[in-house]
Amino acid sequence: MNSTGSPRRPRQPRRLVAEASALLIAAVVAFPLYWMVLSALRPAGEIESAESRPWTLAPTLDSFRRVLGQQEFGRYFLNSLVVACAVVIASGLIAFLAATAVTRFRFRFRTTLLIMFLIAQAVPVEALTIPLFFLMRDTGQLNTLGALILPHIAFSLPFAIWMLRGFVKAVPESLEEAAQLDGASRSRFLWRILFPLVLPGLVATSVFSFISTWNDFLFAKSFIISDTSRSTLPMALLVYFEPEEPDWGGVMAASTVMTIPVLVFFVLVQRRLVSGLGGAVKE
Amino acid sequence: MTPVATGPRSRGAAGWTPWLYLAPALVVLGALLVHPVGQLGLISLLEYTQAQASGGEPTSFRGAGNYAELFADDRFRQVLLTTVGFAAACVVSTLAVGCALAVLLTRVRAVPRLALMLAALGAWATPAVTGSTVWLLLFDPDFGPVNRVLGLGDHSWTYGRYSAFLLVLLEVVWCSFPFVMVTVYAGIRAVPSEILEAAALDGASQWRIWRSVLAPVLRPILVVVTVQSIIWDFKVFTQVYVMTGGGGIAGQNLVLNVYAYQKAFAASEYGLGSAIGVVMLVILLAVTLVYLRLLRGQGEEW
Repeated sequence: MNSTGSPRRPRQPRRLVAEASALLIAAVVAFPLYWMVLSALRPAGEIESAESRPWTLAPTLDSFRRVLGQQEFGRYFLNSLVVACAVVIASGLIAFLAATAVTRFRFRFRTTLLIMFLIAQAVPVEALTIPLFFLMRDTGQLNTLGALILPHIAFSLPFAIWMLRGFVKAVPESLEEAAQLDGASRSRFLWRILFPLVLPGLVATSVFSFISTWNDFLFAKSFIISDTSRSTLPMALLVYFEPEEPDWGGVMAASTVMTIPVLVFFVLVQRRLVSGLGGAVKE
Repeated sequence: MTPVATGPRSRGAAGWTPWLYLAPALVVLGALLVHPVGQLGLISLLEYTQAQASGGEPTSFRGAGNYAELFADDRFRQVLLTTVGFAAACVVSTLAVGCALAVLLTRVRAVPRLALMLAALGAWATPAVTGSTVWLLLFDPDFGPVNRVLGLGDHSWTYGRYSAFLLVLLEVVWCSFPFVMVTVYAGIRAVPSEILEAAALDGASQWRIWRSVLAPVLRPILVVVTVQSIIWDFKVFTQVYVMTGGGGIAGQNLVLNVYAYQKAFAASEYGLGSAIGVVMLVILLAVTLVYLRLLRGQGEEW
């Protein structure tokens, strides 16, 4: 099994123990997600039955049909998607420009700005719900998707700028000099050369803004108060979650539908994420 | 005109270009972050309830009145202590689990590593609302598999104060350890393998290698994940709100964020709610300043 041969042999059993525990822990960590999908696929009544097994013999899409057919679920899904995509694109572009400014130029107040971006990450955005509520009310943004998009752009920027810094830094400055010698203008260099090179980092960074926006519960709950056609998924999910008598099949089906886009996104950018985090924290 | 003489553009007189690049970020942050923080501070000094919010009565300046009221309130003091204790428990558990699993990842071959990595990414990707409802189902007194396996009958986990907090803690650790694990794992991978092999050849134990070799090298990363965890766990809202139904029976599971929300949006005490927000802001800024000092101490180049 082990191609490195004898020097490793004494440590074999230990590694097997480590691998067995890794697999076991993976199973435990994945179990809630498995149970979610399983409960969503169970036929009516099986969740509530006294002897439920950790599998189902008659998987059905009934719960999904009930959820997708009701309460304009598709619209909520679309709302969530629009908000998350708008935030990812806008904050990505804005953060790219800002990260370029603080890594590629030396200017007064540069360090001060960097410290401000760091401090901004500590601001508890939840505490800002109150002033933001009045701001949205006074500008007529309540009950619009803009009330969700704008604050999330602002809140994902500081971390995105901070993380992108490492990616922009990694592009050698000689490349910029070469482009300059070739007569490329500054904006041409920015969008045609730097942007494609930083794009992988931008994708890794966008995971964080996508997730925090997609998951947002507090702003959706506070700013979308009377027009339910502008609701997003987290609010829709709680429609099925009556504390006294929850429709577990419906809740789990809605949860599955809500989790899948993030999961797909994550798996796609997994590699970039690991190297991106390593780069961002190592500097 | 040669780049050698003037150096790269970035080192020369930058002029307005960097500010041009920064302008969108500064506008957005100014309007939606700095301005609201100022407003939060302002509202926390006002008598601001439903009457003022709807414009029925003029707002009146209370000075430190809201703060005086808060700190005279037993419930607030208790919620503050609870929040600190709960956040501390979450941070310690998350870091312990995340670091232990990061080390475990380095000691296994590709297949178990991929399995653990994918499971962790799944937990990480799960939205807080969904995670909360799934964990509630797992621990449901009537239909949950946990009670069945443990033979607990219809024991309710959300009824007792501490068991409800334990349940929330499990969910929080489940969805936040992956960030620590992935980041620390990326950090360990960057440590030259010769160092680790040399330590192993010298007969150092796992714990010894972690303490004497890895932890010092990983210190900057550990500082980052610790500070991030403190910031996140101190602000937990969704999990507590959903899992304990808005703060638990008779508010036994309230944390600051939920308490501020209840005060502001359920009781329309916007002034008091803002004052709670300011208290949170001050605590988190203090944590960040400590973090900045640590970074400075390491000679971080800005």
